[in-house]
Amino acid sequence: MIPLSNYLILGAILFAISVVGIFLNRKNLVVILMSIELLLLAANMNFVAFSHYLGDAAGQVFVFFILTVAAAESAIGLAILIIVFRNRMSINVEDLDELKG
Amino acid sequence: MTVLEISFYLFSLILVGSATMVVTVKNPVKSALFLVLAFFSAACIWMTLEAEFLAIVLVLVYVGAVMVLFLFVVMMLDIDVARMREGFARYLPVGIVVALVLVIELVLVLSGKFFSLDAMPRPAGHMADYSNTAELGKLLYTDYVFAFEIAGLVLLVAIVAAISLTLRRRPVTKYQSPSQQVRVTKADRLRIISDAQTESERQEDAQ
Repeated sequence: MIPLSNYLILGAILFAISVVGIFLNRKNLVVILMSIELLLLAANMNFVAFSHYLGDAAGQVFVFFILTVAAAESAIGLAILIIVFRNRMSINVEDLDELKG
Repeated sequence: MTVLEISFYLFSLILVGSATMVVTVKNPVKSALFLVLAFFSAACIWMTLEAEFLAIVLVLVYVGAVMVLFLFVVMMLDIDVARMREGFARYLPVGIVVALVLVIELVLVLSGKFFSLDAMPRPAGHMADYSNTAELGKLLYTDYVFAFEIAGLVLLVAIVAAISLTLRRRPVTKYQSPSQQVRVTKADRLRIISDAQTESERQEDAQ
């Protein structure tokens, strides 16, 4: 049988990979957004695993809400990305230094 | 090893591998496609946890909608990949160290006795007539109905925000103005010119 800790460790590995993804691709806005999606997936993995092992479906309801908010977030994030590209012809984070002072 | 264990380890391997590819691959289109694979294998893992509804939602909503949106945007933008990769090699050692520390810490915490099979045994599977969707639906429309409505509102705000952010009016584009179209009167469109031909001349023409 698979213990709960295996699912939690899988979530932890996913979380670490996505944090490193934000580290490595800190200039590419698209990959940063994708890393955030992976990060939310890692959180959802923990919710679903606990929901199953505790026999409480409320955890799955929370995953439902996280999915909703993540979809809204990525839609708005991509919209902002398109405006940034339209104004500067680049999505490099380094070019976004208007507020640097 | 049972089928359940084999499928869990297989799908976790695919999930971790494709997640690594998402953050390391050079081309953003490829990384979006690997993210699709990651979501798909995550959905399979959720199936082993008897969360069928969420697994299907993940495939339909994430793979079907969000990732298509990502691919659409990535392919539409002309991204200079070489410039994006500048700091990659420089941050790689730090990134690997941070990842290892994170994973080791979490493994040390999570592999303790609290989450082992003795402390939290895997519950027996549900009966054949059990419906995960029905149970989630009952919870959503009773205990969490307020949160459900708020989630709908969040999606509405997201639609309005995304459309209003990307909407742009170009001066050269021609638009219809429905209010002007409705307000048009006979005098604007119809011009009556005086008929010079007299009645007798018209009768001659007819003949």
